[in-house]
Amino acid sequence: MTRVMDDADVARALRRIAHEILERNKGGSDLVIVGIHTRGVPLAERLAGEIADIEGAPIPSGKLDIGLYRDDLDSRPTVSLGPTEIPVDIDKRTVVLVDDVLYTGRTIRAALDALADLGRPAVVQLAVLVDRGHRQLPIRADYVGKNIPTSLGEHVSVRLRSVDADEGVFIDAAHIGGDA
Amino acid sequence: MRHLLTTETLDRAAIESLLDSADEFLDVLHRPIPKVPALRGKTVATLFFEPSTRTRMSFEKAAKALSADTMSFSPSTSSLKKGESLKDTVLTIHAMGVDCMVVRHEATGAAWRVAEWVDVPVINGGDGAHQHPTQALLDCLTIRQRFGGLDGLRIAIVGDVRHSRVARSDVFAMATLGAEITLIAPPTLLPLDTTGWPVGTSCNLDDVLTEFDVVYLLRVQAERGGASVFPSNAEYRERFGMTRERMSRLKPDTVVLHPGPMIRGIEIDAAVADDPRCLVLGQVTNGVAVRMSALYHLMGGVPVE
Repeated sequence: MTRVMDDADVARALRRIAHEILERNKGGSDLVIVGIHTRGVPLAERLAGEIADIEGAPIPSGKLDIGLYRDDLDSRPTVSLGPTEIPVDIDKRTVVLVDDVLYTGRTIRAALDALADLGRPAVVQLAVLVDRGHRQLPIRADYVGKNIPTSLGEHVSVRLRSVDADEGVFIDAAHIGGDA
Repeated sequence: MRHLLTTETLDRAAIESLLDSADEFLDVLHRPIPKVPALRGKTVATLFFEPSTRTRMSFEKAAKALSADTMSFSPSTSSLKKGESLKDTVLTIHAMGVDCMVVRHEATGAAWRVAEWVDVPVINGGDGAHQHPTQALLDCLTIRQRFGGLDGLRIAIVGDVRHSRVARSDVFAMATLGAEITLIAPPTLLPLDTTGWPVGTSCNLDDVLTEFDVVYLLRVQAERGGASVFPSNAEYRERFGMTRERMSRLKPDTVVLHPGPMIRGIEIDAAVADDPRCLVLGQVTNGVAVRMSALYHLMGGVPVE
């Protein structure tokens, strides 16, 4: 297993993305940061914290579980559901979806469907800590922590201190077939 | 989990997992668009060989909220009238292409037989006086919402226990979640043999009334012979009914549950049925969420044995 980002790299990437989000959206008003279950949720909280630090005002963050919107329910064991909680109405706001790894794009497709059932944001943007390529759908990220070229056989994992024992981004060649 | 037939074989982790998902589905049901695409393209057949309004409609609402299609069957207008056997009826509907069958039948074990005949998940929607697992799950969810969990709670199940599949399902589910259960009924309405049941029994409601956190009232099942074993409805109400007076003697945070349909004036007074501590309507809402959870667990992925 190779570590490709350490905790300082992760922190720097999040801080940069926070600045990019504010630059692109001309400030933090109307922003809602929404993390995709599971690793996207703590990332979204940290990103919202960074943005709030810069802006000096709190930024709402929420969580989205996309289990019920997957397109591969028939080919995997039943996934347990996590909570979907967004503290504000997303109508007419700018939603920044946050996930740890962007890979096939299917999770994001599902997340867009899930968001549409909750309201109609003015804009939806996507922030990811890692883009590892191999898209299967026409989806791209607006904010990327690090682009990491990978082969299909490799497994990319993000570990975060708030939920794991350590922090960083790791590549593991042992996995065959990869992970969505 | 391949089928959902009984609560007797469900372990704590299985029940809690079903209830946890039901909590999330309850959130879905409260959204502006109370529908998710999880079971798009699947068909759920509800085969109710006994009359039912709430359970059948609850399953249909649950299936539709998961984007599944539903087909229903009612015996009064079916070929059963022409003499078709249960097996042929089931195989015929199965051959039309269904992904799950919900079966209610007056005969104990009917859902197990159906599960032997078909290769899709089967949910027992009630078999005779035997089991009704989704009712028990929605009851557990209702109690868990109120108290945070069932561990150490004292629950009274009052009334026609002998003829009640609800009681048989609740006893095992609630005990698995850590509750202490007492069955309270006239001797003629207690089960003949409760050996192996995790329960105590009593024939005097007034003696033990103040001990409970939950009082679960059962309907007297006249259609299964329940009404023929005590002298009169008035006497039943007098000794076992949840009257306004008994309600006033319960502990302040004790809640009253009932599986419905309620017969006001026999097992429950009208004033009690409308009391905020009577959680009947919450049970109904939770029923849809629990059935979504059951359908999702059985059809929302590749089964793992």
